[in-house]
Amino acid sequence: MKRYLLSIYQPDGPPPSPEKLAPVMERIGRLNDDLRRAGAWVFAGGLHAPESATVVRVADGRPMITDGPYVEGKEHIGGFTIIQAPDLDAALAWAKRLAEALVLDGHQTGLPIEVRPFQDEH
Amino acid sequence: MNTEHERRAPAAKELEELFRREYGRVVSVLVRTCGSIDAAEEVVQDALAVALERWPIDGVPASPAAWLITTARRRAIDRARREASRATRHRAADWASRVIEPPHEPEGEVVEDERLRLIFTCCHPALAPEAQVALTLRLLGGLDTGAIARAFLVPEATMAQRIVRAKRKIRDAGIPYRVPEAADLPARLAHVLAVVYLIFNEGYSASGGGQLVRGDLCDEAIRLGRALAALMPGEPEVLGLLGLMLLADARREARLDADGSFVPLGGQDRSRWDRLKIAEGQAIVRRCLQLARPGPYQVQAAIQAVHSDAPAFEDTDWRQIVALYDQLYALTPTPVVALNRAVALAEIAGAEAGLTALESVALDEYHLYHAVRGDLLARLGRVEDARAAFDRAIALCPTVVERRWLEQRRQGVA
Repeated sequence: MKRYLLSIYQPDGPPPSPEKLAPVMERIGRLNDDLRRAGAWVFAGGLHAPESATVVRVADGRPMITDGPYVEGKEHIGGFTIIQAPDLDAALAWAKRLAEALVLDGHQTGLPIEVRPFQDEH
Repeated sequence: MNTEHERRAPAAKELEELFRREYGRVVSVLVRTCGSIDAAEEVVQDALAVALERWPIDGVPASPAAWLITTARRRAIDRARREASRATRHRAADWASRVIEPPHEPEGEVVEDERLRLIFTCCHPALAPEAQVALTLRLLGGLDTGAIARAFLVPEATMAQRIVRAKRKIRDAGIPYRVPEAADLPARLAHVLAVVYLIFNEGYSASGGGQLVRGDLCDEAIRLGRALAALMPGEPEVLGLLGLMLLADARREARLDADGSFVPLGGQDRSRWDRLKIAEGQAIVRRCLQLARPGPYQVQAAIQAVHSDAPAFEDTDWRQIVALYDQLYALTPTPVVALNRAVALAEIAGAEAGLTALESVALDEYHLYHAVRGDLLARLGRVEDARAAFDRAIALCPTVVERRWLEQRRQGVA
């Protein structure tokens, strides 16, 4: 089994209204249940807005703390899921379900999911 | 010494051909055995080196692929044992056990299955398109990196890096060696066919440089098409692509005149068309019709079949061609299809009708769109407009050979 990181990229700015998000959250909940049942679930979670991030780094030998996020941009990781799967095709099938679950009702386009393999443990 | 060298020289060239032909077959089985493309390629190279030594003396074995597979497998076991005696004992031992107990024998249908698996790995949509093409030519076509680099006019180091990176992604991301499941098969197969057709088109209408046709790429694409048709005989689009490539390639010689200038369909010496390829392509189109599951490649093959039926350009059954383009447009509503339909329409309904049909085609950056417009305008005697259209076509044209042809056309407008 390999492990994969499924990152959800979200545009910055105010999130959709709670009424619009409710069906999405319900679908994500069902997907997580299915992941658990299939033995594929490792971890999943949503993140607060990028402005809530703080960056820590060592500069000139001393730890330094700055207001984040680290990468300036119009999109940031809004949440992620870690799964285990036998191969990339299996991981992509889960990612497809996640991408579909995230599409707001009445929309045709959703958020990109980046699928990235973890290095092997040994 | 000298005479012996002379006697061997043709044999070496023959062997090179044979190695290329068998490479995909052999590597795909060894990928299964070794679990990695790099390891497979290394042991296959070892086996080829042994063959190069032995075959000129012992003669070529009855089944070269089986011989190479057996030899490469033995090498893989040796290597695994050597590895096992080094530090990485645990993993190599695991590898050795897999090598020593191959999942199945490398014979007949099983070999074909392995090749099919590897095609789907090479053409996995998670790989960059140019990497898919390079890997397919390398692993299934048996072309070396230098030859692929020359075919695509990129430095060899760039191509080598592209292939290394793609192989690394296959390993690290866990892209499987597997024929996709039924639900994914249509989309994934369409992708494989697109890669093969891209290789063909790169050869048929080379996208840069001074050469219009790079025949070796056409040959390679047809070879891959034949392999796919043999592996998936029940897939009509696989047959359709093979038929399309054969019928187009039948005209390869006639598309260039003695000076290497481009000759369009209407001006071609049809006695220079390859009758064998046409007969094979037309037989494939008939078989597709029997299967009655039309798709874009089959319809395009049918269009080429209609062209190849006409003894002269004037005899072309344009009505049937327009009808086929209508069918193609219903399947794939792209502007290039609309452009080709307008060309055919002009032959039955006149240049004015062709121009009207062009108005809704959004291909302002495509040189052939302006060439077609220029041609239709010239037929209507609109000289200035025609020249302006050809100017635009010339400015956009990617190949020297086609540009020369367009310049002649522009001068011919009167």
